[in-house]
Amino acid sequence: MDLSTTYLGLKLKNPLVPSSSPLMRTLGNLRQMEDAGAAAVVLHSLFEEQVRLESHTLNEYLTHGTESYAEALSYFPDAPEYQTGPEEYLEHIRRAKESLDIPVIASLNGVSSGWWMQFARDIEQAGADALELNIYYVPTDVEMSSQDVEQLYLDALSVVKTAVTIPVTMKLSPYFSAMGHMAKRLADGGANGLVLFNRFYQPDLDLEELEVVPNLKLSSSVELRLPLRWIAILYGRVPLDLALTTGVHTVMDVLKGVAAGASITMLASELLANGIPRLMVLRSGIESWLIDHEYASLSQLQGSMSQINCAEPAAFERANYMRVLSSFTPPFLRYATAYGLAG
Amino acid sequence: MKKQMITIDGNEAAAMVAHKVNEVIAIYPITPSSAMGEWADQWSADGKPNIWGAVPSVVEMQSEGGAAGAVHGALQTGALTTTFTASQGLLLMIPNMYKIAGELTATVFHIAARSIAAQGLSIFGDHSDVMATRQTGFALLASNNVQEVHDFALIASAATLKARVPFLHFFDGFRTSHEVNKIEPLDDAVLRAMMNDELIRQHRARGLTPDAPVMRGTAQNPDVYFQARESVNLFYQACPAIVQQTMDEFAQLTGRQYRLYEYEGHPEAERVIVIMGSGAETVAETAVHLSQPGERVGVLKVRLYRPFDVASFVTALPSTTKAIAVLDRTKEPGSSGEPLYLDVVSAMVEKWSGSLPKIIGGRYGLSSKEFTPGMVKAIYDELAKDKPKNHFTIGINDDLTHTSLPWDKTFSIEPDGTVRAVFYGLGSDGTVGANKNSIKIIGEETDNHAQGYFVYDSKKSGAVTVSHLRFGKNPIRAPYLIESANFVGVHQLSFLERYDVARLAAPGAVLLLNSPFGPDEVWDTLPGSLQEAIIEKKLKFYVVDGYEVAKETGMGRRINTIMQVCFFAISGVLPTDEAIAAIKHAIEKSYGKRGQAVVKQNFAAVDAALAHLHQVNVPEKVTSTWERPSIVPAIAPEFVQSVTARIIEGLGDDLPVSALPNDGTYPTGTTQWEKRNIATEIPVWDPEICIQCGKCALVCPHQVIRLKVYDNALLANAPESFKSTPARFKEWKEMAYTLQVSPEDCTGCSLCVDVCPVKNKQQPKFKAINMNPVDGLRAAERENWNFFKTLPEIDRTQIPLHQIKYNQLLTPLFEFSGACEGCGETPYLGLLTRLFGDRTVVANATGCSSIYGGNLPTTPWTQNGDGRGPAWSNSLFEDNAEFGLGMRVALDQRLDAATHLLREHRDLIGTDLVEDILFADQIEEADINAQRARIAQLKIRLQELLAMGNDQLPNYQLPITNLLSMADIFVKKSVWIVGGDGWAYDIGYGGLDHVLASGRNVNVLVLDTEVYSNTGGQMSKATPRGAVAKFAAAGKPMPKKDLAMLAVSYGNIYVARVAFGAKDTQTVNAFLEAEAYDGPSLIIAYSHCIAHGYDLKFGLQQQNMAVSSGYWPLFRFNPDLAVEGKNPFQLDSQAPKTSLEEYIYREGRYRILQQSNPEAAARLLEQAKGDVQARWNSYAKLANGNK
Repeated sequence: MDLSTTYLGLKLKNPLVPSSSPLMRTLGNLRQMEDAGAAAVVLHSLFEEQVRLESHTLNEYLTHGTESYAEALSYFPDAPEYQTGPEEYLEHIRRAKESLDIPVIASLNGVSSGWWMQFARDIEQAGADALELNIYYVPTDVEMSSQDVEQLYLDALSVVKTAVTIPVTMKLSPYFSAMGHMAKRLADGGANGLVLFNRFYQPDLDLEELEVVPNLKLSSSVELRLPLRWIAILYGRVPLDLALTTGVHTVMDVLKGVAAGASITMLASELLANGIPRLMVLRSGIESWLIDHEYASLSQLQGSMSQINCAEPAAFERANYMRVLSSFTPPFLRYATAYGLAG
Repeated sequence: MKKQMITIDGNEAAAMVAHKVNEVIAIYPITPSSAMGEWADQWSADGKPNIWGAVPSVVEMQSEGGAAGAVHGALQTGALTTTFTASQGLLLMIPNMYKIAGELTATVFHIAARSIAAQGLSIFGDHSDVMATRQTGFALLASNNVQEVHDFALIASAATLKARVPFLHFFDGFRTSHEVNKIEPLDDAVLRAMMNDELIRQHRARGLTPDAPVMRGTAQNPDVYFQARESVNLFYQACPAIVQQTMDEFAQLTGRQYRLYEYEGHPEAERVIVIMGSGAETVAETAVHLSQPGERVGVLKVRLYRPFDVASFVTALPSTTKAIAVLDRTKEPGSSGEPLYLDVVSAMVEKWSGSLPKIIGGRYGLSSKEFTPGMVKAIYDELAKDKPKNHFTIGINDDLTHTSLPWDKTFSIEPDGTVRAVFYGLGSDGTVGANKNSIKIIGEETDNHAQGYFVYDSKKSGAVTVSHLRFGKNPIRAPYLIESANFVGVHQLSFLERYDVARLAAPGAVLLLNSPFGPDEVWDTLPGSLQEAIIEKKLKFYVVDGYEVAKETGMGRRINTIMQVCFFAISGVLPTDEAIAAIKHAIEKSYGKRGQAVVKQNFAAVDAALAHLHQVNVPEKVTSTWERPSIVPAIAPEFVQSVTARIIEGLGDDLPVSALPNDGTYPTGTTQWEKRNIATEIPVWDPEICIQCGKCALVCPHQVIRLKVYDNALLANAPESFKSTPARFKEWKEMAYTLQVSPEDCTGCSLCVDVCPVKNKQQPKFKAINMNPVDGLRAAERENWNFFKTLPEIDRTQIPLHQIKYNQLLTPLFEFSGACEGCGETPYLGLLTRLFGDRTVVANATGCSSIYGGNLPTTPWTQNGDGRGPAWSNSLFEDNAEFGLGMRVALDQRLDAATHLLREHRDLIGTDLVEDILFADQIEEADINAQRARIAQLKIRLQELLAMGNDQLPNYQLPITNLLSMADIFVKKSVWIVGGDGWAYDIGYGGLDHVLASGRNVNVLVLDTEVYSNTGGQMSKATPRGAVAKFAAAGKPMPKKDLAMLAVSYGNIYVARVAFGAKDTQTVNAFLEAEAYDGPSLIIAYSHCIAHGYDLKFGLQQQNMAVSSGYWPLFRFNPDLAVEGKNPFQLDSQAPKTSLEEYIYREGRYRILQQSNPEAAARLLEQAKGDVQARWNSYAKLANGNK
């Protein structure tokens, strides 16, 4: 069974691509992923804030308290060089490229564009096959308009595209007023693909300690629906390769993603929860399903259930929402009806 | 070809050569020589080779004595070996120096010469240490400036090989070791040419080897020792000529000719000053200046002091010499003259032909006391007198024995072409760093010569720095502070309240002020006296809002580059564009490897600076109505008014000899008078939600948070803004409670906020104590603080001491120290003095705690309302345990003597009282209080007996008088031996071990910061594996010594490992149990420190993480429990529940290694995790009774 697919111009042997997670930090894991059937890997992100923070904190370590007191004009020896920037990350790319035969996609995470040109160049020079820009941005500033937010993405893309020749894909959040138009603008701006969607970790509240606490939870298949919908809508409408991320756990999740139009489906939570060998299970499951359902290849499935190809395009729109509501009775209403309290 | 020049300080100049021409370097940190060892260690860590291509082995020892031993061993095994030291460190090397010299071994010790601790310690420069070694057999070679330090380091290294006499190459601590100057560096080719390979082979051949075995170091007897001692004479006779020959060879290679005794001045001088060290530069410049109009004066610079070459010395003097003044930078009390003077006298008597000139000797410059051209002129003037004063002093006012010569303080020889700039800054604002940078730019990017010297504060928090920069077309030989500046930079507005900042400004000078007030408003914000000075001196007045620029560009409190740009723009030393380019180049060079984020931020600050710089149109009239407040309030004691205040004001130089205590005894409780106002934010109490737990007071490093429970009626006179709330104590429900902050003593560290367990329910971002800007609060809170102090203290006998809520109501007898903001040591001292301060004697090892505790002008150790409090002393670094033991033995001995007298006069005094005193059970505070009452009764009784006189009570006057003088000894005394890990783990470990093994009732508190904090963070045996420290640039490869378990192994020592930030109740219990234990006790206290590399406002969180990760398990080992049949070992913390990484990688000391050498960091982390697990396993086993 031909499971191959094309993403960002890269010919991939199947649609299974492990994506950014702590697993990507060691070369051993990457090798294991390749052995288990991964078609490509998206490395963990190089965080722009982290790079800046490293530089500033190192400077703070080395200068804090210095030149103040005659007996202790400094507190640390000054090494000939430091890895404050992306050096460690770049080395990781280089070593991954040396060790793997599958494509290596690097990931750059941040909000501003000032630093990205150099980072992107460095990443390309380190051998990455493509670059994913992960714009993790929560617009808390009430003075910031939706146009401003969109421009932020476009500017970042523009900077990176002028710096590198490798394909660039944009990882987006689902919070755009006009997702379709945004996708088109990114395509116009030179993006080669979209990764839908970024998963913002929603903090929790601890009422005992009166603290806002970060709450890192793994995804579930339920979360597949949102990216699935937008991939289905965008497929064939924008000249971009689409990657589905968030909620991919089962064979059916992968198949649905491809059917909606995704070139690849990305896995992070599933591998964290059930281990890297899970890739083998998924791969053979996909193959079995396609054989059982008499598909000639995976590409035959791709986009078949997208909005432009499916039998019920309206189902992806508001009508779908209305129908869901009308066919679903909330439990409290069922209770009320039974006792003759309502309707 | 244009000579390459570099701009460095004396320590680096010496170390550069020493590292290149040695194979083994044994080091130990001591100010002001530490930097030489640090450079050497860093270069070796970086793989920098010596001139033979090998990387020198640098080994840190446990003391200078240890370093000297290692040097001796390496020399005896044939390695080219060196060391660096100063002061007490050099004294500790003396025994080995005799050996090394006695064995005719070639080596050079490089010494940043420093005062010896006598009536007080001093880190500053003079020749007391060097002079103490002159009998060892080492040659003593003096360098007078930074270039000479560089050159003589090589000349000594070359000469020693030929002479086989070891050399002590010395230069003035701070004045030369820390002066930055432009010098010509020695090329490796010169080094190779000077270091004779054949002589090196001979040196190596003399080394011990089993392939050609000999023995060296025999024990000799009366028959031969004397002769053998004389057998070296030929070497000493040959040595001076060898040194001169080496100097001549050096001159051939470099063009710089030096002589053993070098004369400068009028060729037919009649009055000559003989001197060595940096002061020789001042004398030379002054002599040249005076001889131009024809005064027949000159200077003879002594370079080779030992072996003293009498013939060369006498020959070097002009034959016209009629009067000589010999200046010694040391004091030898009780001698017939200081050493150089005596040498000169004997040389002149022995060799001078013709009538002997008048010879006088004088002392100058002790502890870096200024030595200026005015003083030199005064000495020449004195020499012109018929009967000049001998054994004089210069630079002080000796109103006691009248040794001092007066001098003209306005006399100046500074050439017009030299630009002189003075900058007042804070350590934290980066002023010194920027000025060092500016000196490098001027020295290396222009044809100018440049010199920088920096004066630092005696405090570690809110430290003020004064930078003195000179530059000009001619070499700068002015080793004294600027007294008349063309440029004065005032980098902090608050200095206007504290200092006369225009004092040093020359007429027509530039005054640059960093102020938020613009050119139109700033005038009215100045004090009247400053306005007057600006008008009278016709100063060009500039203002820049440096903090606004820093804020705009994210620089925080660091205004260094901003002020630097303004200096260059105004001074015009370089065209502004070129200056900015040079500054940016320097920024790239300094910060480039730390990442582009830092570089870009600094660039942004540079670019934004000039837009905020404005010249102020100076009005013709003084308009201001305010003046700088007095230094201390009028209610301060007389000594504080007349002495302490002068020192605080920076006018200590003007104090006469009679003003100072002659035996080093100073009053305690003086920090209360030195209001430093260094916090920009202070804590503000919310009485509504406060649960009165006392934790904020416990953790406050400067003891500025005080708690009181008092009668509500006392609030009648309270200031309007004074806060009060009902006391939440079951015993005192009807009383009032106040938490008061001393606003002028707070440093703004915010540890109190971090520890506060209460959150405001409406706005959880607020706690029961919150930081607020001090502006607008200071005046009212000052008034509140003063009122608070009038409220009565709680009765100590009512306090359950083991409860923090209660014991924090006690007044700490350690307050407002000069420790760093957020210091992790001082809360332990606050607790110690709250619990036992009124009956404690403290032996304090040299280090941070002796500095923030004992550095003049003021001391934080204080007294309670009854006049009782800790009595404190510092002996040395290495002997603190023994020092404390001596105190214990003396107190016990006095108790024995007093007990004997009391028993002997039992009937006379009253049997009941005597028995009550002798059998008093002084366990609880109430017991101690009762004993104090009995002693008061006893004293009254003894006074009555004395009043009877010898007639009524014959033969009893003497014993009763003696008993009366000792009566206070019957109240239990607690001896606390306090110091850091450098002392306890390293230099003082042998003594500590002995004292702990003595069984005596002493309490040892080790404030464990895991490095030598006071000297700038050098590795100790307490440093954890994987942490970067000085002398462990590649991360410490070995684990931390478990000092606690070493003590536990004795079985009869109370031992506790504590961390107040993790479990404060355990800390309190440990202190109480240690003090109660009738035997030796040891508390090892985790002390977060600035040398750990993070903002200390997170100090408590880090303590917590240290414990929760298992890195710092808490335990108490109480031998008293074993007596009760219980397990004496109690583990007070839980098994590790967070990872070691989570703890350590929040700190710079570990992160730096991750960033500089990730592979090493990963390897050491794994080993460190193993250490943690192994330690935990062994502790858990002990806690389970070895099951």
